[in-house]
Amino acid sequence: MQDKTDLTSLIFGRLSLESIPYHEPILVVTFAIAALAGLGLLGFITYKQFWGTLWHDWITSIDHKKIGIMYIILAFVMLLRGFSDALMMRAQQAMAFAGSEGFLPPEHYDQLFTVHGVIMIFFVAMPMIVGIMNFVVPLQLGTRDVAFPFLNNFSFWMTAAGAGLTMVSLFVGEFGKTGWLAFPPLSGIQGSPGVGVDYYIWSLQIAGVGTLLSGINFMVTIIKNRAPGMTLMKMPIFTWTALCTNILIVAAFPILTVVLAMLSMDRMLDTHFFTNDMGGNMMMYVNLIWIWGHPEVYILILPAFGVFSEVVATFSGKRLFGYTSMVYATIVITVLSYLVWLHHFFTMGAGASVNAFFGITTMIISIPTGAKLFNWLFTMYRGRIRFELPMMWTVSFMVTFTIGGMTGVLLAVPPADFVLHNSLFLVAHFHNVIIGGVLFGMFAAINYWFPKAFGYKLDDYWGKWSFWLWTIGFYAAFMPLYVLGLMGVTRRMNHFDDSSLQIWFVIAAIGALMILGGIVASIIQFVVSYRRRDELRDHTGDIWDGRTLEWSTSSPPPQYNFAFTPVVYDNDSWTDMKKHGYERPRDGFLPIHMPKNTAAGFVLAMLSAACGFGLVWHMWPLVGVSFVALIGGFIIHTFNYNRDYHIPAEDVTRIENERSQQLDRYA
Amino acid sequence: MSFPRLRYGLALLPLTLLGGCGMVVMDPSGDIASQQADLIIVSTLLMLIVIVPVIFLTFYFAWRYRKNNKTAAYHPEWDHSTKLELVIWGVPLLIIIALGLITWISTHKLDPYRPLDRIDADRPLAADHEPLNVQVVSLDWKWLFIYPEQGVASINELVTPVDVPVRFHITSSSTMNSFYIPALAGQIYSMPGMQTTLNAVINEPGEYQGFSANYSGAGFSDMRFKYLGVSDDKFDAWVQKAKKQGGTLNRSEYLQLAQPSTATPVTYYSTVAPDLYHAILNRCVVEGKMCMDQMMMMGKGDGEMAGGAIKHGDKQKGGHSSALNMNSDDMGRKQTNGQDDE
Repeated sequence: MQDKTDLTSLIFGRLSLESIPYHEPILVVTFAIAALAGLGLLGFITYKQFWGTLWHDWITSIDHKKIGIMYIILAFVMLLRGFSDALMMRAQQAMAFAGSEGFLPPEHYDQLFTVHGVIMIFFVAMPMIVGIMNFVVPLQLGTRDVAFPFLNNFSFWMTAAGAGLTMVSLFVGEFGKTGWLAFPPLSGIQGSPGVGVDYYIWSLQIAGVGTLLSGINFMVTIIKNRAPGMTLMKMPIFTWTALCTNILIVAAFPILTVVLAMLSMDRMLDTHFFTNDMGGNMMMYVNLIWIWGHPEVYILILPAFGVFSEVVATFSGKRLFGYTSMVYATIVITVLSYLVWLHHFFTMGAGASVNAFFGITTMIISIPTGAKLFNWLFTMYRGRIRFELPMMWTVSFMVTFTIGGMTGVLLAVPPADFVLHNSLFLVAHFHNVIIGGVLFGMFAAINYWFPKAFGYKLDDYWGKWSFWLWTIGFYAAFMPLYVLGLMGVTRRMNHFDDSSLQIWFVIAAIGALMILGGIVASIIQFVVSYRRRDELRDHTGDIWDGRTLEWSTSSPPPQYNFAFTPVVYDNDSWTDMKKHGYERPRDGFLPIHMPKNTAAGFVLAMLSAACGFGLVWHMWPLVGVSFVALIGGFIIHTFNYNRDYHIPAEDVTRIENERSQQLDRYA
Repeated sequence: MSFPRLRYGLALLPLTLLGGCGMVVMDPSGDIASQQADLIIVSTLLMLIVIVPVIFLTFYFAWRYRKNNKTAAYHPEWDHSTKLELVIWGVPLLIIIALGLITWISTHKLDPYRPLDRIDADRPLAADHEPLNVQVVSLDWKWLFIYPEQGVASINELVTPVDVPVRFHITSSSTMNSFYIPALAGQIYSMPGMQTTLNAVINEPGEYQGFSANYSGAGFSDMRFKYLGVSDDKFDAWVQKAKKQGGTLNRSEYLQLAQPSTATPVTYYSTVAPDLYHAILNRCVVEGKMCMDQMMMMGKGDGEMAGGAIKHGDKQKGGHSSALNMNSDDMGRKQTNGQDDE
């Protein structure tokens, strides 16, 4: 009997049947719905005999276009989860006044705001921008794929594994109750003895590896794999922002890895980096996490800026105003983003000179950011603006982000921050810039490049519904929060005593419901577009009269992107080519060297997820086995020399001829 | 098109509400807080110089240069203007220089560690004034206020006399919190094993809200306290009330208090163990545990403070901007960590 119990606890660690929250009705219902939907999806895939395609064409694909699409699908799925958390929080805060405790106990609510932040930043915003960069950058550079295609696949699956581990925490165990950055001592082993913070740490460590490798991949691709003639100053502006983003990723993510490793050592190995006693100091954590955290938000916004630059130029039918200035502004923002981190904790008591320094550096960043905004304005000036959906999102961004940026500069004044820090004013500010900036940018990007990826445009009618519901819903949901912050209301509260606040929370909840409508409308948009795809077909590959190289390919592009590597002479290379009467080659195609698909990325990521799960629950045999398998798998993979093949010239000729015929018919 | 006007209106809506609605941050009762509110207004106005034209131009250009408006000029190759770039970079730069100067000056002036030099805009304070000292300890999940000069303490109720400068010495028992009374002054973190300082003064009698502005666990939403600004007489009366009604706050009572609890009712203490705050700050309330300041002095030898940088008698220069002050007195001493000498 004794031996059996010891064996059980050895294999299962601290995991037991009690870890499953049977007694939480909300979770039981959620699980039932998720299980039903999941089974439905699996059944559908089986019914359509889609498993083969799924495995061979998607899961094992090293094609940057497919990987980009998978990132964005992951982001959308996680958006549904993260937004459900938001709806629940808004509902709780709209209800819980003067005695009413709402419907969520603190135990549940405190997990909600933590996981909402983690999911939205790490598993919605990051995958969206990485997905867009994945799809677009190689096409814009005139190259066939990224520098390290296998690594690209592996990066995606590591991100997905991290997301999966976070999702598992909903039904097995619990998530952290610390806020999305998990400050110690609350996140230390004494403040959070359960598994929640461990799920947090290992999900982020796994996803962080994926992101870091992606950063290296794209830096190398952009620096080394440009089409001939494309000097750095002739690159599309989106690629410039992608380069700076990936430099930020490479420089910042190791810090996250290290600080989370130190936290996990404090929790598991009784070290004292951040503890109250034995020489630890929580201020060190706060500094390190924000030295990562601030570059992180620039990682999120820079690609969005790049998207807007492309969209404004294309839909104004005009060259981007001040290209050189835009590039330097981006570089300045990249460098300066490392000099501002302390503005996240002015109130931690660093003293006036230190606070003032960081406040001033924060304000300085607004100068190049403002320059970008003016440059977009003057691209519109004396242009001929077509208000397709990407352009609508861009105009909404320009207004919304400006307001958010203003409140940011306001918060950058330390004495002002002393009264607004951690209030709902702060919450409104960062949602203002992230939704107005990053999310609107991603919607613009999706509407802009969807035709390229799938061969047909997205439906305009449902797209406009989504746009208006998101825009008006955003203002309704977050302007009240600015007011509440000025009324002295702090964040992360799960109930309130003062009933005079309730009206603002109710308005915010209505705004959240409008945003829900916007999300539903965009799902409908995808479905309706698919059904109307023949009407919405992009026949030429250049549906918007685009300016950069991706528009020279078919929609969707062939697997190899370009049959012949293009030669570049000027910015806006495709516009330049069109102006000079570019004729695509009709024969003389050669075999094309391509990398092979592989299961290794998926398998290794799943092993990482298993290892992470084991670390959370102290299941040491699982940790040992999966870790050894992981290292072994990597080593074995390095001996795999069967990694490439050639597409025969006949296949290339056939694909290119089909394209020529289509162009002859429709151009 | 109606949409530009609708959205412009929506963008302005928040500004119309600045006037009232009980926005304590914009209409506080303490001198520090009201200077901070003025700063918010000045900064916003400075920024509106850029923001308003940008938002207006966005709508205007979107409207005027729409494809269907054939009367507007179309210059597809125009993408550069040095003059315009100078304005685009120069005007924000000038505004940021102005805002930067305001920031430098106001951050020093409103530094929580800096002793007050005025009671309000009309009444300056002498440099050698004696503030009312209050020691603040954030516990899970309530606030402990110790009045070392009056010898009393209270839970979740803070009282100070109007127009008397107060110096708060703040620490925490276990987690990071943030000591914040919006009507009085800005917030500052409370951290275990460390002391932060806040100098403030309340100018109007009244009852105000105080709370933690940094999430610290399950009981966080109930971690609120009452702050009363009262006349000198009422303050003395309150101290007397605490002396009459309250129990003893000694180490064992404190250790009981340090156990997690929520929605703790207001409690008074008529006696406070004299070295209790020092023990709380240096994490040696439990008998037999070595105090952190002693631990840090170990290995220094020769009676010399190795590592330099101990400043004595810095009282007049204003407290040091360091949360690492281990001493609970007001001398503004800064200690380096002696560990690297071992």
